[in-house]
Amino acid sequence: MTLSYDDVIAKYEPVLGLEVHVELNTNSKMFCGCSTVFGAEPNTQTCPVCLALPGALPVVNEKAIESTIKIGLALNCSIAPFSRFARKNYFYPDMPKNFQISQYDEPICVDGYVDVEIETDEGPKTFRVEVERVHMEEDTGKSLHVGGATGRIHGAEYSLLDYNRAGIPLVEIVTKIVPGTGKYAPEVAKAYVAELRDILRALGVSDVKMEQGSLRCDANVSLRLIGAEKLGTRSETKNVNSLRSVERAVRGEMIRHAELLNAGGRVVQETRHFQEDTGLTRSGRSKEQAEDYRYFPEPDLVPVAPDAAWIEELRATLPERPSIRRKRLQEAWAVPDKEMAAMINADVLDIVEATVLLGSDPTKARSWWLGEISRIANDKNVAIADLTITPQDVAEIVALVNAGELTDKLARQVVEGVIAGEGKPSEVVAKRGIKVVNDDGALMAAIEKVCAEQAETAEKVRNGHLPAAGALIGAVMKETKGQADAARVRELLLGHLGQAN
Amino acid sequence: MIRNSASEMAAKLAAGETTSVALTQAHLDRITAVDADIHAFLYVDTEGALAQAAAVDAKRAKGEKLSPLAGVPLALKDVMAQKGVPTTCGSKILEGWRPPYDSTVVANLKKNDVVILGKTNMDEFAMGSSTENSAYGPTHNPWDLTRIPGGSGGGSSAALAAFEAPLAIGTDTGGSIRQPAAVTGTVGVKPTYGGVSRFGLVAFSSSLDQAGPCARTVLDTALLHEAIAGHDPKDATSINAPVPQVVAAAKSGDVKGMKIGVVKELNGDGYQPGVRARFEESLELLAKAGAEIVEVSAPNFEYALAAYYLIAPSECSSNLARFDAMRYGLRVGDVDGASAESVMNLTREVGFGKEVKRRIILGTYALSSGYYDAYYGSAQKVRTLITQDFTKAFEKADVLVSPTCPTTAFKIGEKANDPLAMYLNDIATIPVNMAGIGGMSLPSGLADEDGLPVGFQIMSPVMKDERMYSVGAALEAALLSKWGAPLLDKAPVLGGAR
Repeated sequence: MTLSYDDVIAKYEPVLGLEVHVELNTNSKMFCGCSTVFGAEPNTQTCPVCLALPGALPVVNEKAIESTIKIGLALNCSIAPFSRFARKNYFYPDMPKNFQISQYDEPICVDGYVDVEIETDEGPKTFRVEVERVHMEEDTGKSLHVGGATGRIHGAEYSLLDYNRAGIPLVEIVTKIVPGTGKYAPEVAKAYVAELRDILRALGVSDVKMEQGSLRCDANVSLRLIGAEKLGTRSETKNVNSLRSVERAVRGEMIRHAELLNAGGRVVQETRHFQEDTGLTRSGRSKEQAEDYRYFPEPDLVPVAPDAAWIEELRATLPERPSIRRKRLQEAWAVPDKEMAAMINADVLDIVEATVLLGSDPTKARSWWLGEISRIANDKNVAIADLTITPQDVAEIVALVNAGELTDKLARQVVEGVIAGEGKPSEVVAKRGIKVVNDDGALMAAIEKVCAEQAETAEKVRNGHLPAAGALIGAVMKETKGQADAARVRELLLGHLGQAN
Repeated sequence: MIRNSASEMAAKLAAGETTSVALTQAHLDRITAVDADIHAFLYVDTEGALAQAAAVDAKRAKGEKLSPLAGVPLALKDVMAQKGVPTTCGSKILEGWRPPYDSTVVANLKKNDVVILGKTNMDEFAMGSSTENSAYGPTHNPWDLTRIPGGSGGGSSAALAAFEAPLAIGTDTGGSIRQPAAVTGTVGVKPTYGGVSRFGLVAFSSSLDQAGPCARTVLDTALLHEAIAGHDPKDATSINAPVPQVVAAAKSGDVKGMKIGVVKELNGDGYQPGVRARFEESLELLAKAGAEIVEVSAPNFEYALAAYYLIAPSECSSNLARFDAMRYGLRVGDVDGASAESVMNLTREVGFGKEVKRRIILGTYALSSGYYDAYYGSAQKVRTLITQDFTKAFEKADVLVSPTCPTTAFKIGEKANDPLAMYLNDIATIPVNMAGIGGMSLPSGLADEDGLPVGFQIMSPVMKDERMYSVGAALEAALLSKWGAPLLDKAPVLGGAR
C-alpha cells in the first residue's frame, strides 16, 4: 500500500542535501593535456598521466582553476587564498591511480548560497540554499560490464574499461543541509539544480548536459518528525540524470522513507540508484560503515594560492545572473508571474527564448512549448529537451499559422508529425497533405450536406436559436477533416441559414 | 680507459683519441666480464647503447657542437622510465613493462648525448638500504662481494666502483644515492628537492624522492648534475629557477673563508670508530684548506627517522596503489569468473616483496581515520621542526657536514631480518630529504678496522647546491694528494681485465 505524498508531509519534515558534479568544458583534462571531447573512441584520449603509468605526474590545468573560481564567485562563495589538493584513496578498476585527486579540508570556494524561487500555494516564494563548498577534482574512467542481465558488475561476463573520461575536470558543489522546505522539497531540489545549471551555462564553464553526465546530481534526503530536532538517517540517490528526475527522486525517497518509518523500520544509510523508468530507487552501496579514504595532501602538486587581484578580475567578468535575466525576459515578453513560474518550472525558458529570437511572437512560442509540446513530453514520459522538435520548427509553425496556411488545430498535427520524426514542419505539411480548406464552394457543399442530415438542428438555427449552430459547425469540420477555418464555416453556415448579422 | 673519470673520457672523445662506440663497447665488455659477480645491472641495452654511441660519433664527425658529456656511457637506476626499455623498479610487479615514454631525466641525458648502457639493480621501489630487497637478487659490493653495496641505489654505485660505468643516475628518498656512494667509495649527490624533474621517476615517496648524479669524482657528478637538472613543466614541484653553477664550483674547489658546520647530533655514539676517525681527518683537511669549522646543533634530528618512517610509507601506500594489474605489469589469477578485485589482490600478493608490503601496511595504517593526526600529522610537524633546525644551522654555517652513514658496508643477510637496524643506517641522510635541501657523499678513506670505504656528507641550503660541490672538490683534492691515488685503486681486482 503506497503512502500518499500528503500523508508524508503531514507527519514528516524532509531535509535535503544536494551534491552536484559538473564536468568543466576545458579543452584539456584536469592534470594532463589530453582532449576532453565527449564520445571519442574508447581509450584514444589518454596519456601516461591519465593512465597512471609509473612515473607520470599531474600538473594542474589553470583554466580549470579559473572556471572553479568563477563558479565560486557566481555562487556567492568566498575564495580561499590558499587551498590544496588531496588524495582520496580507494581501489576501483576505472580509477587508474587507485586514488582520486580531489580537495578535502582545504577547498577552493566556501560558504556561498543560491536563491531559488518556486511557485507555492501562496504564490512565488524564494528559498535560500546554502552552499558549503565548491571544490575541484578529476573524473574517473568508465566501466562497461558486458554480459549478464543487468549491465551491472554482478553477473557480468567481463568488463571493459574506457579511460577517456579519466581526468576530466570535475567541480563538486555541495550544499549545507536544506531544512524548512516542507512539502516543496522536491520542487526546491529541482529549482536549485536548474538554477545552478543556468548559472553554469551563463558562465560558459560547462556543457551542463545532464543526459551526457556533464552535470550529475546526488540527492540526499532524510525525514524527521515535524518539530523534531535530530536529523533522520539519509539516503544518497545517484544517477539522477534530468531536472525532472531530481524532483521525482526526492519525492520518491520521501515516500519510501516515510513508509519505512511508519512501519517501525529504519532507513539504511546507503547510496541508491534512481531508475528513470519506474521513478524508484534501488539499493546501492551501504554507507553504514564509513569508507576510510585516507585523505592526505597531494604531494605531487603545490598549493593553489590565487592572487586577490586575479579573483577581482574574474569577478568583473561574471555574466548576468539567471534570476536577473528571467526578470528581464518577463518584462520584455510581458508575461504574468504565474505563467513565468510555469515556464521556469517546465524548464522551457531557454527554448522559448530561442524560439522568440527566431521571430516567433513570445506568447505563441510560450503557449506551444508549455502547452501542446509539454503535454506530449509528459505523455511520452521524457524531457522536452529529448523531443526532436526544435525552436526552429516551432518558429516555422507559428509563422505558418500567422500566414493563414495553418489553423491552430492543423498546427497541432504538424507538431505531432515533427515529434514523430516525420521531418521539418514543411515536410510534415506536405507528407500529410495538411492544408486549410479556403474554397467556399467545397465548404458550402459540406454545409448543405450537414444541414440536410441534421434538418431539425438547422431549423432551430434558422429560427434564431444560435447556440445550436455549434453542433453543425463541428459536423462540418469533421466533414472537411479539420482542414477548414472554423470562423469561415460559421460565417457561411449562418449566412446559409439566414442568420447573417 | 674504463678507469678514467667521465671528464677524462669526454676529453679523449673531444680530442678524437677514442670514439663513443669504442668507449661504450669497452664498458659493455667490462659488464660481461664482471657483472656475474657484481649483479649491478638488471638489463643491459647493448644494441641501444651502441646505436646511441654511433649517433654521437657521427655528430662529432660532422663537427656538431656537443655537450660536455656527449658520448660518455651511463648506468640508469631501474626506477627511471626509459622509452622501450624494461623498467622494473626491482619489482616482480613491473616485470616485462616497457614504458612508452621517457622520463625527463632520460630525455635530458639523450639531449646531452649521454649513452645509456642499461638499468641498474635497486631495492624494490627504492625501499631499502642494501639492494637485498630487489626481487631479482642482491647486488654485491665490489670492495667485498659478501657485503652490501648500499641501497636503494646499490646497482648504480656498484657499477661505478666496478668500472662498469663512469656515470650513473640514482634517486634519493632517505639516502638512496648517498649511502650507496659512501659504502662503495664513490660520489653521489642528492640535489635540492625540485632541482631535477621527478617526471618519469617511479614514485616511492613523492615529497622526498629526488633524482641525482653519481660518479667517481666530484667534477663528474657536477657535469652530470647540470645535464639533468632544470625546471620541468611536467613536474609541478620542479623549481623554476636557474640551475646552480655546480660545475664551476667543482672546478674551483675553493673553501677559503667558508664556514663548515659540524652537526653535533650526527656523530658520536653509534658511529663506527673508523667512520669517526675518517670524518675528523677530513675536517682537519678542510680547515687546512682555509675553511672555518664550527659546531651546530639540530635538536630535532633525533625524531627524523621516526617521522620519515611515517611520511614515506604513507605516501608509498598511495603511490603504489596503481600497481593493480589492470593496465600494465604482472597479472595473476585472471581466470574465468575471477573478479577484478581478486585479480588485484592476487597480483599485489605475488608481485610485491616483503619490505614493500610492510611499508604499504604501515602507511595505510598511519593515514587511517582516527590515526592520521597522531601519525602522519605529527610526522609533518616534525618535518617542519627539522627544516627550522636546518634554517638556524645555516645561519651559522655555509654548509653542514657529517659522516654519511654510521657504519661501513655490512654483510649481505646481516640485517635482512631486522628492519629497524637497517633503517638506522639512514639516520644521517634522512634529515636532508625531510628538509628538501641538497646533500653529497664523497669518499673520505677506509675505516681502519675493516678496510672498507667511509663516506663524508656535505649538506647545502635549498638551491645553493654549488656550495657542497666547492667543499666536496676541496676535500677530494686534499685527500687525493694525501693518498697519492684514487681510493678505488685500493679496491680488490675483479674478474675482468684492468
